[in-house]
Amino acid sequence: MNKVIPAPQKPWQPTFIDKLEDVAILVGSLGVAGAIVKFTGFNGKLGYFFAFFFTLLVANFVFHFIKRGMQAAKDSILQVLTAMAIFVTLIPIVSIVATVVSKGYKGIHWGLLTKDMALASVNDPIASGGLLHALVGTIIMVGGALIISFPIGVLTALYLTEINGKLARPIKFLVQAMSGVPSIVAGLFILSSLIYPVTKALSGLMGSLALTILMIPTIARTSEEMLRLIPNELREAGVALGGTQWRTVAGVVLPAAKSGLVTAIILGVARIIGETAPLLLVSGGGDSLNTNPTSGAMGSLPYYIWKAFLTGGTPEAFARAWGGMLVLLSFIFILFGLARYLSGRKVG
Amino acid sequence: MAIELKERPTPPAPRQITTKPRLSDQVFRTVVTIGGMASLVILGLIAIFLSIKGMHILVDEKFNFITESRWEVITDETGEVIEANFGIGAMLIGTMLSATIAILVGVPISVLSALYLTFYANGKLKKVLISVIDLMAAFPSLLFGFWGFFIFMSSAEYWAKLINKYLGFIPLFDVPTPIFERSPFIAGLVLAIMIIPIVTSISREIFDQTPLDRVQAAYALGATKLSMIKAVVIPYGRGGIIGGAMLGLGRAMGETVAVYTVLNVVYQVNWQVLFGAGGNVASLILLKFGEAGPYEVDALMAAGLILFLLTLIVNATADFLINRFGGKGR
Repeated sequence: MNKVIPAPQKPWQPTFIDKLEDVAILVGSLGVAGAIVKFTGFNGKLGYFFAFFFTLLVANFVFHFIKRGMQAAKDSILQVLTAMAIFVTLIPIVSIVATVVSKGYKGIHWGLLTKDMALASVNDPIASGGLLHALVGTIIMVGGALIISFPIGVLTALYLTEINGKLARPIKFLVQAMSGVPSIVAGLFILSSLIYPVTKALSGLMGSLALTILMIPTIARTSEEMLRLIPNELREAGVALGGTQWRTVAGVVLPAAKSGLVTAIILGVARIIGETAPLLLVSGGGDSLNTNPTSGAMGSLPYYIWKAFLTGGTPEAFARAWGGMLVLLSFIFILFGLARYLSGRKVG
Repeated sequence: MAIELKERPTPPAPRQITTKPRLSDQVFRTVVTIGGMASLVILGLIAIFLSIKGMHILVDEKFNFITESRWEVITDETGEVIEANFGIGAMLIGTMLSATIAILVGVPISVLSALYLTFYANGKLKKVLISVIDLMAAFPSLLFGFWGFFIFMSSAEYWAKLINKYLGFIPLFDVPTPIFERSPFIAGLVLAIMIIPIVTSISREIFDQTPLDRVQAAYALGATKLSMIKAVVIPYGRGGIIGGAMLGLGRAMGETVAVYTVLNVVYQVNWQVLFGAGGNVASLILLKFGEAGPYEVDALMAAGLILFLLTLIVNATADFLINRFGGKGR
């Protein structure tokens, strides 16, 4: 005697026919849009997009109206609108990445890592100069900014999570406000507070300090979120074992949040690595290799790109600039991937 | 057999119970509190130092600094400043104009995208889309600027021409001469593209907090997705969305490099958004800084101070709205 086990029914899920109908509407709208572009005044990509958009809206509306009535028809409009919105959001990012890769690969060569621009102008053949000075400058300045802003950012986060005193609310607000400080204002601040009254010279250190102002809020906010993820039981366990608050934080909370803090560092670096405006004001922007942050102009990756775009005009200059952009974008991709990987892991 | 004790041992004195933290904790708390004050100190220092350098310009020019639109420095042969007139009226209006365009274009798209991410997308697609949009939020403004100038400008110019052709009778879309390149419209669109990822992630986070019981109650009453969103999600998240939009506005107003590359900075008040002339405070600072003498630099500091205060106010409002309405419903 064999029992027939009934297959589980899922009546709420779209059936094959439903999916087929959706695809048919989509393909039909593409076709109608093509016809509109061909036979009417609409033309170009924009015309096609609008024709497709309106055809899809109307087709979906009519179809669902016939099938299930007015409510479903209105609902389908929202669905089309949201899907279109995400599509429109994705167009620029695809276009940006495609542009940088397709234009930038021409500017990439092995000499990039060994040569600087001391003897080459931006319009010289690409192989005659590199971005060694820019890479070194960016690493020094970002590293300097990191050394200053990481302790401050983590202390701010610790104040907000561990001490959580009377000032926690205002400080949270100020950190938020600080993240909105325009980057050019950070540059002007360093100019007015340090360069004009004290050093009277542009240098890499000043660039670091300007970047610090932009980096602190990112690190503070990310670390705060990460510290909040640490379960309270861990803190209670630390205290129950007789630890003081200092021992609990140093021995339990911070080690548990290690990967979260690394994520905070990475996101902070990603935030400032492409920052241009303050460096144009305070770092001087040299063309030759300079490893001393306290004296002399220091180049940086954004400055290199900026200069190649603005002072050049030849295909070589543009290839150089897009090549630099490709390097910068690769850095951001790598940093972002690392952050995703680390924050995807289990905390603790 | 009892043991005779000559005298009873005195019990140890009871330990004093206190809530006073140990020395190490006192040090720890002090250090952390000092570190926590850093943001306050830095913001205060920014305001103080920009004021020290820029205040005398503001005192000289009084309200003309924010109402007039001139930028003249007349010097004699020795470089002494004879006469100077500074006014950033046109720049402030231009900043507002392009930021407003960015908000008008960017926020609806962001909110709809966030709705898609929260209520329509699921599984792998959702994860990938969220990662991509977060990645886009980390792109440097330099990239948006040059992409806008070299790739986006030609399309946007074409759109501007279309708008001008069919809607030119509205004064806002009229142009005195047919120059459509580097207009506030194009700058606004580039800014819109820059703020979309930021506003999308904030709106998405707020939509995610919508209480699930209310969502399911709406479905149980037979609501479609549209009516559920209208009845539950939007009333719940309205304040948060406005706050997110304000945050985007703050970012759009303070943006320097991207605007500098796609906007033609001109000293006149221009309300015609499609015409290739506009103003922007941050771009003005970058533009004038290279050739500025000491006196002019002070005026740029004053402009920076105004920009700083403006973004501070916008961000404060945004923060207030997000916290006030972010986690509460009707």
